[in-house]
Amino acid sequence: MAASLTVSDLVHALNASVVAGTNSLDRPVSGGYVSDLLSCVMAGAVQGNAWVTLQAHLNVVAVASLLELACVIITEGATPDEAMIKKADEEHIPLLLIPCRSFAAVKTLVELGVESTP
Amino acid sequence: MKANATEVTRRQELIYELKIEQVMVREVISVSPDATIAELKELLRSRRVSGVPVIEGTRLVGMISIENLIRALEQGKTQALVRDFMTRNVQAVKSADSVVSAVNMFAHFGYGRFPVVDDNDNLVGILTKGDIVRGLLRQMEVEWHAEEIQTYRASHIFEDIESDDTSLFLRYNVASGDFVHGGAASSKIKKALERLGADPRVIRRVAVATYEAETNIIIHSHGGEITAEINPHLIRIVAVDTGPGIDDVEKAMTAGYSTAPDWIREMGFGAGMGLANIKACADEMKLESVPGEFTRLELTFSLE
Repeated sequence: MAASLTVSDLVHALNASVVAGTNSLDRPVSGGYVSDLLSCVMAGAVQGNAWVTLQAHLNVVAVASLLELACVIITEGATPDEAMIKKADEEHIPLLLIPCRSFAAVKTLVELGVESTP
Repeated sequence: MKANATEVTRRQELIYELKIEQVMVREVISVSPDATIAELKELLRSRRVSGVPVIEGTRLVGMISIENLIRALEQGKTQALVRDFMTRNVQAVKSADSVVSAVNMFAHFGYGRFPVVDDNDNLVGILTKGDIVRGLLRQMEVEWHAEEIQTYRASHIFEDIESDDTSLFLRYNVASGDFVHGGAASSKIKKALERLGADPRVIRRVAVATYEAETNIIIHSHGGEITAEINPHLIRIVAVDTGPGIDDVEKAMTAGYSTAPDWIREMGFGAGMGLANIKACADEMKLESVPGEFTRLELTFSLE
């Protein structure tokens, strides 16, 4: 994995809009994880992972916070509501919004050097 | 907000949160407008300062600097009064304003120091850029220490309190259908364990299992509660609800089996992985359920 990638690097590569957690963009990214099923994320994602999902609701923040994920990348133009943004700010979880699909997001992340954490 | 927007760091937040009165120097060397230029010269020399506020009683009426002094001396007016050579149109900062306003003043005027006044123009302090830097560093250290001390105190709770067996009990209500607070109990339990200094790997397993249990109460039950018992040897999580209970516990334990309705699945829940996740995380798991009455899940995590 490319040395010391940060959330900020992901934001630039994805050309994402950051709607929450802007003070935590210097956080290192340990790897990537993709799923829209929260239980799978709970079981599979590890600390510092960038999580790619098209889910955009409060519970996504709860999961990301509990697992101490580096950021959540919300795909397909899904838009978080005010409550989710507020919660993400409180929990210091960067929310990155992109219009493209999860597959395309993962491709960009892989090209950047983000790997799957075993 | 786009990615290239300025990142707000804790340091920058503090510039907004800290008040000028928290960083200013309160002991101000000042001079009366009725002092002579000779007296001012002696004051600047002996105190090694390049300028001082001029105060009448406690009110700020001007500033006088080494430049003003030189002008007076050039004119040979050593017995003239400070009031005749001072700058009257003084830029001052308010003690109750946030530090950011002072930062802007420094950038805009290029002065080395600003007098600080209260709402009635009474001089209450003086501020240099150095005071701001020192104030910020001090505050960051204070906040860091506060968390350290709390963690330290919490982690020693079991040593400080003498008994044959000390346990800490935490209880959280979990309401049916309350997705807004979903994860609140697990998050609080996780933070408590961090404060207590538990092994991060154990904390992660507890957090994942408790979150699944909490979500189950929210999705499937009429409501319930989660208790965490923490002692030096183990963590015991008990999630109990008031029904409707599980018809077939064995089936419920099967990975991929879920009774969650479609709207719940659309939120990414209901993968049928909850109990399987819990089982994988906990060292021991007991699940009992009486249809129509309750479901009780007891999880044990060893700390030894």
